[in-house]
Amino acid sequence: MTYPENFRYTKEHEWVSVEGDTGTVGITFHAQKELGDIVYVDLPKPGTQVEVGKTFGSVESVKAVSDIYSPVSGEVTEANSLLAEAPEKLNEDPHGAAWLVKIRLANPGDVGALLSAADYAAYIGE
Amino acid sequence: MPKTLGKIRPHLTQDEQLLFELSSPGKKGYQLPALDVPEVDPASALGSENVRAAIEHFPEVSEVEVIRHFTRLSTWNYGIDLGLFPLGSCTMKYNPRINEAVARTEGLAWAHPYQPEALSQGAMEVVAILEQYLGEIFGMDAVTLQPAAGAHGEYTGIMLVRAYLEAQGNPRKKVLVPDSAHGTNPATAFMAGYDVQTLKSNDSGMVDPAVLAAAVNEDVAALMVTNPNTVGVFEENIVQIAGIMHEKGAQVYMDGANLNALVGIARPGDFGVDVLHSNLHKTFSTPHGGGGPGAGAVGVRSHLEPFLPTPRLRRDGELWAWDYDRPQSIGRVRAFYGNFGVLVRALAYILAHGGEGLRNATIDALLNANYIRARLEEHYQIAYNARSMHECVFSDVRQEKQGVRTGDIAKRLIDYGFHPYTVSFPLIVHGALMIEPTETEPKAELDAFCDALIAIAREIEADPETVKKAPHMTRTSRVDEVAAARKPKVRWTPQA
Repeated sequence: MTYPENFRYTKEHEWVSVEGDTGTVGITFHAQKELGDIVYVDLPKPGTQVEVGKTFGSVESVKAVSDIYSPVSGEVTEANSLLAEAPEKLNEDPHGAAWLVKIRLANPGDVGALLSAADYAAYIGE
Repeated sequence: MPKTLGKIRPHLTQDEQLLFELSSPGKKGYQLPALDVPEVDPASALGSENVRAAIEHFPEVSEVEVIRHFTRLSTWNYGIDLGLFPLGSCTMKYNPRINEAVARTEGLAWAHPYQPEALSQGAMEVVAILEQYLGEIFGMDAVTLQPAAGAHGEYTGIMLVRAYLEAQGNPRKKVLVPDSAHGTNPATAFMAGYDVQTLKSNDSGMVDPAVLAAAVNEDVAALMVTNPNTVGVFEENIVQIAGIMHEKGAQVYMDGANLNALVGIARPGDFGVDVLHSNLHKTFSTPHGGGGPGAGAVGVRSHLEPFLPTPRLRRDGELWAWDYDRPQSIGRVRAFYGNFGVLVRALAYILAHGGEGLRNATIDALLNANYIRARLEEHYQIAYNARSMHECVFSDVRQEKQGVRTGDIAKRLIDYGFHPYTVSFPLIVHGALMIEPTETEPKAELDAFCDALIAIAREIEADPETVKKAPHMTRTSRVDEVAAARKPKVRWTPQA
């Protein structure tokens, strides 16, 4: 699996892609693979304040419910409505159509502390 | 096979229709005598809006159909009375029949919670003695028997911590939970209004004192620790861990789900725990879930005692009385006095064993788990090298190379006549196989179980497809659990 070069990654297996002052956040291919078939995604409402390293939602698979940790701080501007109807998209396209939330970044500099694609791939041993 | 006239399998193994499907209009299982009082029109007595002519799709069947339906379904069950039930962390130990005999004692079985205290002295004494014995086993100063299950006990325990800290002026903000914990621990902390901070386990699957020390500050209310933890390993640094918490004024909560590995050997109160719960339906052999309600007794050190749920038992001269005048109490956590019938069974178990017997049960539980570990270690990868207590946890890493995962092995085990072990928990183990035999298993049963798992390991080498498609001997196989979770059908609807 190749991890997009323009994303930044966390050791908790989230990714963020920044455009202007907005970060799009998702979970990685590796995360969805480890979780197995995803059956439910719990996401925050727009307007929710999230903090880097804190949980903002959860992903439920047939195996377990796992917290999602925010890679950045800011305000949620949009949650991906696709996932309410079709949680399986998170297994199919975790780096694309199945993004989780868009966040207006409080400190765009936050992402500097996150892993690059190469560092993340090395971290998970790929 | 004889000609079956449409019945393709014998009664006991045929698919069973739902009662809704067995229904035919007008059939009933009773016959009432003619009215011997004047008939009242329900609509005029109750108002026509409160009366309906029929309940839509209400099943109409005869008595024998109902009896056969549920009796056949009961034969589909696998239970501890049929064989080993190795669900790790669930402690599916045999429920001795003496418990049932004692619980059916007339005065106990027919006691009513509204009976006056003067007529309930025996039942109250049962509660008092059980509180005292559990306090001794836990190494705790006081015990409440109100909580109705393990998670309920956890919630009660963390509420006690919160009340205690509030009384000191600051309830604090966070509860620390190791990443190996039962999912109920973070849920409990959250329900009690705390933020949850996860602690990463070390290479032995234990709480790392250095990681803990770095996480504890004045915002931390408590650590929720399971000991032995969910990988079946004793937290050998527990005294140091408790010291780190207490130094910062924080409390140590112990999830006593695995207390059956300690009874008669080590007491949580002696190694620094402030509050714990014990699932009486695990350690003290009362039935689980569907077999009867649970009980999550909570033990506390004396500083938490004023906050215990009301009412508390007190001695009033020669009699027992309920004390409701407890100004610092967190209040009731359950109606009446807990699941009394379960408490009777737990006391019967304790009394039947005595101190020496309880200790022997613990030692046998450890022996059985370690026997299984020793026999299987050659075939399955043990998750952590640390010594196993009452359960052993393997990883499916070796079998994964053939494309077979823990869930497949569990399903194949059904073909060999055993209930599966706990699958994919704890989450910190890659593809976990979590096996807890309990003390009640004879060696022959342990050997049959090990032989089955060893045979499966060999099948995986020779013919992994057989295992990946298991079970082959069951009524249904490989039901679509993903679809069931994503689009659950929780109620029957008639075919269009």
